[in-house]
Amino acid sequence: MQTSADTATTRLPIGSDADLAWVRQKVRQTATDSGFSLVQQTKLITAASELARNTLIHGGGGQLDMTVLHGGLRLTFTDSGPGIRDIEQAMTDGFTTGNGLGMGLSGAKRLVQDFSIESQPGQGTTVTVTALATPMPHPRPEHG
Amino acid sequence: MTSREQDHTPRVPVLMLGQTLLVTLQGELQDAVAGQLQDDIVSRIAAGPVTGVVIDITGVDIVDSYLGRVLAEIASSARLMAARTVLAGMRPAVAITLAELGLTLPGLRTALDVGRALALLSHSPPTGSPPHPGRAHHADLC
Repeated sequence: MQTSADTATTRLPIGSDADLAWVRQKVRQTATDSGFSLVQQTKLITAASELARNTLIHGGGGQLDMTVLHGGLRLTFTDSGPGIRDIEQAMTDGFTTGNGLGMGLSGAKRLVQDFSIESQPGQGTTVTVTALATPMPHPRPEHG
Repeated sequence: MTSREQDHTPRVPVLMLGQTLLVTLQGELQDAVAGQLQDDIVSRIAAGPVTGVVIDITGVDIVDSYLGRVLAEIASSARLMAARTVLAGMRPAVAITLAELGLTLPGLRTALDVGRALALLSHSPPTGSPPHPGRAHHADLC
């Protein structure tokens, strides 16, 4: 296996409404450059928007680290807010402590290929998601 | 130029076509702009004879749960003000993403484009006044 010399990580601050728009733009641009299809791009940007908003609203702000992988992207959202007491409950559809629809975490998880969350009360929250440009590389049946 | 000026929130234009409000959303929509739009639409409904609202999202490439909630609330508040809302022109990738996100926006009427949305509003009966049976044309009876 080769060392990934061509991977790069970009850090974006998440501290305001305008930063959310900036995160969406940067994720879109990077996903396009990484060969994501339109649907895969749309899913990833939507997931990023949900998670960045959580970082801003529930975590009191934080940052996004965006890493280009071979064939995909990894996004890590970190805040040093109050943390999540009950992760299982926070991951339930419809559960909300804010003014959203409670689809942020659970919905974002469905839009990406890999999702992990680490949080301790009082120690902030880190959510890491990975999306692949071509999620299910099934071999296509050949004709002729 | 910076996009981080907080002083005046840019507004989405709300156009009046007969008794229908037409709102065209484009590109990146900040949360504050979406929230302001709801206020603007409800004020316009209260101010004039408005029976329908068409929100054109042809130019919107992302609808997340926040924007989805704003759209659903615009439709609910418009309905309480006796106006019907049609969401027009959702992109296929956005529809696929919203379905997977679990945000199917029940209660929001949709149309493929603005023309069909306007036709939908002009053909369906006004809210709260079912057609009088004695006055129905037989072309309507099916």
